[in-house]
Amino acid sequence: MNTEPNTQPVIEARNLDLTFQTNDGPVHALKDVNLSIDKGDFVSFIGPSGCGKTTFLRCVAALETPTGGTLSVNGMTADEARRNRAYGYVFQAAGLYPWRTISKNIKLPLEIMGYSKSDQEKRVKDVLELVDLEGFGGKYPWQLSGGMQQRASIARALAFDADILLMDEPFGALDEIVRDHLNEQLLHLWARTNKTIGFVTHSIPEAVYLSTKIVVMSPRPGRITDVIESPLPKQRPLDIRDSPEFIEVAHRVREGLRAGHADAA
Amino acid sequence: MRAPCVHPLCTAATQHFGGEPMKSALAVLTVIAVLVAFWYAACVPMNIKGVLVEAERAGAEISTPGARDRRDMSEVGLVLDNRFAIPATWAQDRPRLPAPHQVGIELWKTTLGKKITSKRSLVYHGWVTLSATLLGFAIGTGLGVLLAVGIVHSKVMDMSVMPWAIVSQTIPIIALAPMIIVVLYSVGVQGIIPKAIISAYLSFFPVVVGMVKGLRSPDHMQLDLLRTYSASNAQGFWKLRLPASMPYLFTSLKIGIAASLVGAIVGELPTGAVAGLGARLLAGSYYGQTVQIWSALFAAAILAACLVGLLGLIEKAVLKRMGMAS
Repeated sequence: MNTEPNTQPVIEARNLDLTFQTNDGPVHALKDVNLSIDKGDFVSFIGPSGCGKTTFLRCVAALETPTGGTLSVNGMTADEARRNRAYGYVFQAAGLYPWRTISKNIKLPLEIMGYSKSDQEKRVKDVLELVDLEGFGGKYPWQLSGGMQQRASIARALAFDADILLMDEPFGALDEIVRDHLNEQLLHLWARTNKTIGFVTHSIPEAVYLSTKIVVMSPRPGRITDVIESPLPKQRPLDIRDSPEFIEVAHRVREGLRAGHADAA
Repeated sequence: MRAPCVHPLCTAATQHFGGEPMKSALAVLTVIAVLVAFWYAACVPMNIKGVLVEAERAGAEISTPGARDRRDMSEVGLVLDNRFAIPATWAQDRPRLPAPHQVGIELWKTTLGKKITSKRSLVYHGWVTLSATLLGFAIGTGLGVLLAVGIVHSKVMDMSVMPWAIVSQTIPIIALAPMIIVVLYSVGVQGIIPKAIISAYLSFFPVVVGMVKGLRSPDHMQLDLLRTYSASNAQGFWKLRLPASMPYLFTSLKIGIAASLVGAIVGELPTGAVAGLGARLLAGSYYGQTVQIWSALFAAAILAACLVGLLGLIEKAVLKRMGMAS
C-alpha cells in the first residue's frame, strides 16, 4: 500500500468504536466512525459536548485506545505514528511551562527529540516568525496575553517535522476578536506549511471558515452524522463569511447538528 | 504554577516574606510587645512564693509569715498583699519563670560575651547542634526526594512505602531516640551520626509528602503533551516533573529544617550529651538553672528562624531565576 503515498489517506478510520468503562456503566464515546482524511486537508470536527470529537482526535494521537475498528495514521497504527512523532498536538490550554521562556518552551519537543542545538535555534526562529511572535522568544509565558500564549503553543507543535497538526479547541478560551485574527493566521500558516490539520471546535463559523472538510458529530453514542466537503476556495479573506456559499455551508452544518440532536432525543 | 500548601505551617512560612514591609513590621512588633507584657505579668505570680521566702529570710514583713502556711495560698492574693515584693519577682537568681530581660542578658552573655570556644558559649553549643541538624537535614532531604521519586514512578512503592512513612511519624521520637543511640553505640557509631539520623528521621517525612505532591502536580494535559512527543519517563522527570515540583520542595524544606533542629536537640537529651543546645537544656533542668534553659530555648528558636529564613531567601532566588516567582 505504501507504494502510492500520495493517494493513500493520511488518516483513515474504519468502524471505529470506543467504549469507556465508568462507575456508572459503559459510555459509548465513539460508535462506528468511518472517515478518511487526505494529505493537506483541513478537517474540522464539530458537534455538541460529548459527541466524541475530542475523543476521536485523541484516538488519532494515540492518547486513547479504540475498543474496536481500525485506525491508521500515515499508513501505521496510531501508536506507531505517535512514536514516530507524526503529529503536533495543540491542546485547549496553551500549557506552556512557566519556568521556561517562550523560546525554551518551543525547544521542549526539539530537546526531547534530540535536535542539534543550532537546528533548535533555527527552528525556534522560524516558527516564532510563522506565528507572528518575533521578539517574544525571551519572554516568560505570564508576560504574554492568552492569545499570544496559544500562538506560542501552536509554534511549539509546528517546530518539529510532523506533517499532521491536531488541534483540540485551541481558541475556545479566547474572545471572538482574537479568535478571528488567529483563524486568519492559521489559514496562512496552513497554506505555507501544507500540513494536514484536524481541528476540533464547537463554533459553526469557525469550522466553515477554516475547513476543506467539516465532520458533523452527535452524542450518545458519539458518531458522525454528516461530512461536508467545503466548496469555498482555499484563499479565504475574513469577509468570505458574508458570501452566500459560506452561509449555505453553515446552514448545512446547522441542519446536521439539529438532525443529530433529534436522533439522540 | 504557585504551589498550594501541603502543610498548615507552610501558609505561614510562605506569607511571612511577602506583604508590605512597614505594615507587617508594625504588626509583628505589636504582637511581640503584647507577648513580652504578658510574660512580665506572668512572672509576678509565678515567682512570688520564692521571692517571699527570700524576703522573709532577709527580715522583711510578710502578710502571711511562714513558707509552709503560704504553700496552698493563691499566688494572686499573695501578690496583692505583698506589693513591695513585685520588683524582686523579675530579678531572682533561680526564678520559676525568668523575666524576658534576664533571658536576654543571659543570651547576650553566653553568645557575644564569651569566647566561642568556651564550654559556656551558646555559639559553641549552637554549632554542635547545628552541625548535626545540617547533616541530618541533608540525609533526610536526600532520602525524602529519593523516596518521592520512587513513589511517583512505581505503583508498588506508592502502595508500600507511603503507609510506612506515615507510621514512622506516629512513633514519638522521644521514645525512639534513645534506642537509635543505643543501637548505633553498640555497633561503634557515636558522635554526630546518631543525632543526624534522628534529625533525618524527622525531616525526611515533609520532604516525601511535599515532593510526591510536587512531582504529581503536572496535570493530565501536560503529561499528554509529553506523550505526543513520545518522551521517555526520564525526560518527563527532568523536564516536567522536577521543575514543576520546585515550589513544593522549598515549602517542604522549610518544614523539614525546623524538624531537623528538633531532632538534633532530642538526640542530645537521652545520652546526657555534654555539648549542644539539648545538653544545655538538660543541664539547666538538672541544676534548676531556669535562665539557662530559657536562653537555650531561645537560641534554638532563633537558630530555627534563621534557617527557615535562609531557605526562604534561597527559594526566592531560585524561583525568580526559574521565572516562577509571582
